[in-house]
Amino acid sequence: MAIHKGLSLRGIGAKAIDSVLRLGYAARFIARTAASSGTSLRRPRLVIRELYFTGVLSLIIILVSGLFVGMVLGFQGYHTLQTYGSESALGVLVALSLVRELGPVVAALLFASRAGSAMTAEIGLMKATEQLSAMEMMAVDPIARVVAPRFWAGVISMPLLAAMFSAMGIFGGYLVGVVLIGVDEGSFWSQMQSAVDFREDIMNGVIKSVVFGFAVTWISLFEGYDAPPTAEGVSGATTRTVVTSSLAILALDFLLTAFMFRGV
Amino acid sequence: MQRSTLDLWVGLFVVGGIGALLVLAMKVGNMSGIGVSESYPLVAQFDNIGGLKPRAPVKSAGVVVGRVAAIQFDNEKFIARVTLNIDKHYTFPKDSSASILTSGLLGEQYIGLEGGGDTVNLNPGDRIRQTQSAVVLEKLIGQFLYSKAAEGGDKK
Repeated sequence: MAIHKGLSLRGIGAKAIDSVLRLGYAARFIARTAASSGTSLRRPRLVIRELYFTGVLSLIIILVSGLFVGMVLGFQGYHTLQTYGSESALGVLVALSLVRELGPVVAALLFASRAGSAMTAEIGLMKATEQLSAMEMMAVDPIARVVAPRFWAGVISMPLLAAMFSAMGIFGGYLVGVVLIGVDEGSFWSQMQSAVDFREDIMNGVIKSVVFGFAVTWISLFEGYDAPPTAEGVSGATTRTVVTSSLAILALDFLLTAFMFRGV
Repeated sequence: MQRSTLDLWVGLFVVGGIGALLVLAMKVGNMSGIGVSESYPLVAQFDNIGGLKPRAPVKSAGVVVGRVAAIQFDNEKFIARVTLNIDKHYTFPKDSSASILTSGLLGEQYIGLEGGGDTVNLNPGDRIRQTQSAVVLEKLIGQFLYSKAAEGGDKK
């Protein structure tokens, strides 16, 4: 009994030290990535290729999800606002919830599961099949050649995807609210325009999505780079990427929202 | 060949993303509309502005003719000084009156401008003399109760 307790205590201690160690390693990893981004600047083609894989291939899921989220918001918002006789504020509701919260957050969650997991699996497999070691043998820095372009592609594509998600969602809300239910089109757009502020709402949403893009890409790349070089290790790393990035997105969202809308 | 189609897609992606941002800024946000066109300032003083906010519309006969530019508190007279930016296409007579109104029962507050009969128009920077403050619901109810109580007292 006593031995068992001692063992589990030791286990907890080891886990705690291990997670702090991993955090430090992750910080060193991102610092090295940032320091060796010169190659990505000199060879923008590397970044463009990764932009295709992380951004363009995520487009379909982002656009379709945005459309549906907007349409659901249109239905639900109308249902609630109608009881107060203010269904003309539907545009405000749809636009503000998308631009401020749902756009950046849902787009980042989708991005983590669509592009983040793919990045982890790719880098993990590169490590497992010793491609990264082979690069080092040829005096090619794998961080500069493989990791940094993916990092910048993720950071660039995330705000673009979030903006497209929001725009698509507002279009979905318009389809349901105005075309299907018949809310007055003029008040839908004009109330939206008078309520949504460019700097306060739209730019804060963009800042959020940049931060999320940074966090998701960092986590996915690190999990891939740190994955045990076995099939099991890569699959575990992929799962951890999705779980950790989702939690990180939601936690960061709370922090950023608390900072940004403190004065309101 | 392969490379150029890839570039095309990435280009389309970036253009689409920036386009979406522009749509958000122009169509959803308030980057367009009055404020871009030229305007001139007018000043109005109110005893109480209620829930009026900067950027609230200024309407005359229901048409938006400008926006509230700034709201300041005058610490000497203890009143609110509201600066209005009026579209320069519209001019108002010197004896126009400004009142703070509410759109709908729970809607946003705006400033209603009512044209007067004077032959001289308000110049940029002029003060609107006749103003009517926002209706504060609590005061209204208080007045109502007071008058009811007074009525009841008379009957006794």
